[in-house]
Amino acid sequence: MSGERVTRLRGKDLLGIDPLSPGEIQLILDTAVEMREIAQRPIKKVPALRGKTVVNLFMEASTRTRFSFEMAEKRLSADSLSFAAASSSVSKGETLLDTALNLEAMQPDFLIIRHPHAGAPHRLARVLRSSVINAGDGAHEHPTQALLDALTIRLRRGGLAGQVVAIVGDLQHSRVVRSNVLLLSRMGATVRVAGPPSLIPVGMAALGCEVYTRMEDAIAGADVVMMLRIQLERQGRMNFPTVREYYDFFALTPERLKLARKDCLVMHPGPMNRGVEIDSRVADGPQSVILEQVTNGVAVRMAVLYLLAGGYGEPTAN
Amino acid sequence: MNRLLIKHGRVVDPAQRLDDGMDVLLADGVVARLAERIEDPQAQVIDAAGLVVAPGFIDVHVHLREPGFEYKETVATGVAAAVAGGFTAVCCMPNTSPVNDSAAVTEFIAKRAAEAALARVYPIGAVSKGLAGEELAEIGEMVRAGVVAVSDDGKPVHNAYLMRRALEYTQLFGIPVIDHCEEPTLTSRGVMHEGAVATRLGLAGIPAAAEEVMVARDVVLAELTGGRVHIAHISTRGALERVREAKARGLQVTCEATPHHLALLDQAVADSEFDPNTKMNPPLRSQEHVAALLDAVLDGTVDCLATDHAPHHADEKALEFDLAPFGVVGLETALPVTYDLLVRRHGLPLKNFVALWSTAPARLLGLPGGNLKPGSPADVTIFKPEARAVVNPERFRSLSRNTPFGGQRLCGWPVATIVGGRVAWQRERR
Repeated sequence: MSGERVTRLRGKDLLGIDPLSPGEIQLILDTAVEMREIAQRPIKKVPALRGKTVVNLFMEASTRTRFSFEMAEKRLSADSLSFAAASSSVSKGETLLDTALNLEAMQPDFLIIRHPHAGAPHRLARVLRSSVINAGDGAHEHPTQALLDALTIRLRRGGLAGQVVAIVGDLQHSRVVRSNVLLLSRMGATVRVAGPPSLIPVGMAALGCEVYTRMEDAIAGADVVMMLRIQLERQGRMNFPTVREYYDFFALTPERLKLARKDCLVMHPGPMNRGVEIDSRVADGPQSVILEQVTNGVAVRMAVLYLLAGGYGEPTAN
Repeated sequence: MNRLLIKHGRVVDPAQRLDDGMDVLLADGVVARLAERIEDPQAQVIDAAGLVVAPGFIDVHVHLREPGFEYKETVATGVAAAVAGGFTAVCCMPNTSPVNDSAAVTEFIAKRAAEAALARVYPIGAVSKGLAGEELAEIGEMVRAGVVAVSDDGKPVHNAYLMRRALEYTQLFGIPVIDHCEEPTLTSRGVMHEGAVATRLGLAGIPAAAEEVMVARDVVLAELTGGRVHIAHISTRGALERVREAKARGLQVTCEATPHHLALLDQAVADSEFDPNTKMNPPLRSQEHVAALLDAVLDGTVDCLATDHAPHHADEKALEFDLAPFGVVGLETALPVTYDLLVRRHGLPLKNFVALWSTAPARLLGLPGGNLKPGSPADVTIFKPEARAVVNPERFRSLSRNTPFGGQRLCGWPVATIVGGRVAWQRERR
């Protein structure tokens, strides 16, 4: 990729993959590899972010991502507090901007935000002094997910360039697919996407991927198959008929997996709908790296926090 | 006697096929005389050397928000914005609270406009009671009170039966039905133009087809009824094709285009990082549609320009893109945005530019003005083609600041706005 070695991130925020250069992506992944070691130690904590304050503002349901960020913050010795939309003042009619400005008045260093509407972190980042990390905004981006997915592939395969990655599912409503296509294509992988034609947004290919409607065509010979959660709660019944029929055409079954390379990795950002988009025999099978993704998530988030805090050099020293 | 003499200007009046250096004398609220040289010692003189003197610009599509949403705009602030933008008359849409679906509300708006005494205000009444799309409003009563057209703007007349009857009934008064064309079941939860930009941003799209489907229906109903339909803020290639075909077949179908749909692309949403001031309905379109719209303005398919001036409070526009209301203000940027784009960059003849903002809208709605013939209302827009300035929303007369053009350097600004022979606004000298 880019010849020049990048040693720090340019922006104060991590809003998406789109603004990142290949060098910056490389830097985050390299740093995450080092961060992984911390979890192997008997004392899983370094003082890198001691004295820094992190606010986790989750305005949309999330367990995995929030816990992952919280775990990353604790391992770096940051002080953090979390709150969810249901318990926030949002339900009392306060605007997002007011909520964020009130939090900012308490002078945190980081604001991690998960939000149901695309662009919300971007609007906040323009007015806030603290570093904003996008933990998923609507159907737009989920940069730390794409980074942890990339780390998982890289650790298993030694690199991203040349890998053929098939992503299958509800492309319309998925922020995971957008961030992944942007990241993987930028790092030299070939990305194929597939899903019901009624859930493929207009102009998808322009993100940097090949678009398929038949799942079998997308996964044929693939090095990695990534299944997306079918988000029933985000749509009515007009986009596809039933879960049963969805399984018939788009679930990753042991039979379909045989179309991919023999050692093809099976990934899923979670939470899985077993028996809907993924068969349990595959999810729990030998090719599945789904739990490794979760492990790598903590490392990637540690790396992002560390780098945005201005850290460089040796992060893992005690 | 109230006499105003505009000297040394370049008088452009498409209705008289006039484009010449002339003096214009206004007296007692009407145009008195045009001649190469006029001297009148009793008249107040405006030196228009280097300026264009045109019949008053008319904006057939604004939202003045009063009654009901006075925190966004009032009739008084709306007409102040109008004259500061070079407009001598505006037509205001009925989606107020209460809705302008009765003579009483029409009269209230007219009274407020008379108090403000700046631009002329011609209210547009609702097609349906309460804009509910179920039963016809008392259109005849409203016409008596002064409405010049009917529209359920903000939404389409979705019920085809109601639209048919409206197109028939309005023939009693010779007024058009103005339709905001979108098929709501196709628009769904969309917040911007459906296309590659929306896909990248993860925002729900409004397909171009949603507009075209409804325009196609309206064309069919115009043929069925012989009624007059005017398509508000047309924005797609397909919809323009339908209008072009309808006109070729002699149907009474007209349309208007807004400055923002001509000057901006859907990419503006991405470039501004989700700025809700790039959110309006219809949405900013992709290059393909914007190019088609520009062609349609240049070839005359588009009958007139209109701003769809839609003021919203800063607090409302500070929300997330999905949640912020649709709409942008336009009165105080329309002239430079369209002059810069159409005349300076695309070579539209000046007389066509004036026709799009004055002659055509006056004819479309049967309004007085739109020309400088002796005896016509003394409504005059004076602007300076070479004036360059940066759009500064802080200086707007409008109560609202929701413009996507802030900071843009544009060419062609109004200098003075004369309504009924009185200087309603004049640019401060700096």
